[in-house]
Amino acid sequence: MSDTLLALSGVHTHIGRYHILHGVDLVAPQGRTTMLLGRNGAGKTTTLRTIMGLWRASQGSIHFDGAAIEGLATPDIAQAGIAYVPETMAIFSDLTVRENLVLAARGGPPDEKRLEWIFGFFPALRKFWLSRAGTLSGGQKQMLSIARAIVEERKLILIDEPTKGLSPAIVVALIDCLKEIKRAGATVLLVEQNFRVAQEVGDLVCVMESGRVVHHGAMADLAADEMLQRRLLGLSLDSHQ
Amino acid sequence: MTAIDAGTALPRQKTDFWPILLPLAMAAIAWPFIGAFSTWLTLTLAGLAMGMMIFAMASGLTLVFGLMDVLNFGHGAFISVGAYLAMVAFTPLAAFTQADSLSINLLALVPAMLLAMATSAAVGYVFERLLVRPVYGQHLKQILITMGGLIVAEQTLYALFGPQIIPLSLPTALRGSLEFGGAAVEKYRLLAVVVGLIVFLCLQFMLNRTKIGLLIRAGVENKEMVEALGYRIRRLFIGVFMAGSALAGLGGMMWALYREQVHASMGGEMMVLTFIVIIIGGLGSVGGCFIGSALVALLVNYAGFLVPKIALVSNILLMVAVLLWRPRGLYPLSSR
Repeated sequence: MSDTLLALSGVHTHIGRYHILHGVDLVAPQGRTTMLLGRNGAGKTTTLRTIMGLWRASQGSIHFDGAAIEGLATPDIAQAGIAYVPETMAIFSDLTVRENLVLAARGGPPDEKRLEWIFGFFPALRKFWLSRAGTLSGGQKQMLSIARAIVEERKLILIDEPTKGLSPAIVVALIDCLKEIKRAGATVLLVEQNFRVAQEVGDLVCVMESGRVVHHGAMADLAADEMLQRRLLGLSLDSHQ
Repeated sequence: MTAIDAGTALPRQKTDFWPILLPLAMAAIAWPFIGAFSTWLTLTLAGLAMGMMIFAMASGLTLVFGLMDVLNFGHGAFISVGAYLAMVAFTPLAAFTQADSLSINLLALVPAMLLAMATSAAVGYVFERLLVRPVYGQHLKQILITMGGLIVAEQTLYALFGPQIIPLSLPTALRGSLEFGGAAVEKYRLLAVVVGLIVFLCLQFMLNRTKIGLLIRAGVENKEMVEALGYRIRRLFIGVFMAGSALAGLGGMMWALYREQVHASMGGEMMVLTFIVIIIGGLGSVGGCFIGSALVALLVNYAGFLVPKIALVSNILLMVAVLLWRPRGLYPLSSR
């Protein structure tokens, strides 16, 4: 595909003696939000960490923006234009909200206009600008974690289960935030367990099972096909909505 | 667009003053036991001077442990290197060190300090590349290999300079004492307090007001995320290791001048004290290291005067007491 920003081909990852990814093939087109779904242990987080170079691919290739990145160190991958929001959020709790964002803005002090854009959907970050990040609530920490990924323009944003453990009200607002990021033209690869979130923000979907991508296509098609959802995800929609 | 609610106010962040009050409390409690104000003042200033020298030696060790998770038992090598560099630098500058003027003495002392720091940093670079890098994340191997590194460094110094204890004279204007409130305070100890305070303030400024400092504090918490933000943590590791080695070199030089002698094992001898200080302060905490250094040194001086028999174990007792009160040290890092 000509508009492909990220492409994984036959990626295998071993962690210690465990073989986690068994030949992942995945494509994330430019300007679209690709959802990565699957049951627990399917290899979604490992896929994101392998893309970031936090775990090494033992086989296969990863191309980003036309260049192979599978052998690069994590800082080089980040500098190539990929931002990462881990499942654990990994905010620096001893640093203030401001310091977290200053650190994330590699190119210099954070741009005022971009900060205002972020404050538009994350007002708590303005309110607690000089507070230690460790004192924020879980939802506020997630806001900070996402804000860190978008404080500067990045070509691709990898987000791992941003709604995990958050209250429904915050999830609704996070969906709006993700849509806003999409409107701004960012390419997003989003791991999500919450199917409703996936439905609302996803353009495309890849479903993983046992370390492989077993389905890929349009999110709308999966959302419309309950049988397919049950088969791929074991979803009972009543319990997930 | 739905804006997420800004949320309720956060709990007020309390500044933890108790550890800061400890040295003051110790000094206040010691006063009635010592009796004479002049003696108390002499002991207190001597303790502070000793504390500042220990701080210079230990601050690098705590930073290295905090950021790199490296237990460097070879840190004493940099202390010894700094001490020998004082001697080496003073030899050609004898005319300056023997002058009666403080400013001329400082013309010898400052370059000697810079030389000691630069050489210790260079030795630290080699030490990190050869010995520490292969054992990142392996504490037992770190202990063994860095202790081995310390022994090799000591033996190399013996081979280069001989096994004897080498006398080292203080610059002329720094000998003798000044009188404050009837108390005799050695001039060199005042200088040590000033140097220690400058080191502390510089470290605080660097850690809290610069991007490098932010990176170090962030790296102490989560190295992986620092890398995922696009920063090369390895370079930061080397920089911090070299800076820690340079500070140890400075501390070693100050300590050698304080003791007016140099020998290769002086760094190794200081290791127990530096580890006690960083454990009391909280591993990785520069502020904790500063308070811990002052506490340890004050206690050694007071105990040495009041109950000489327990002076040797006073540091261990202090460490036990602090750990019973705060098991992770006075200012533990939240990430550990």
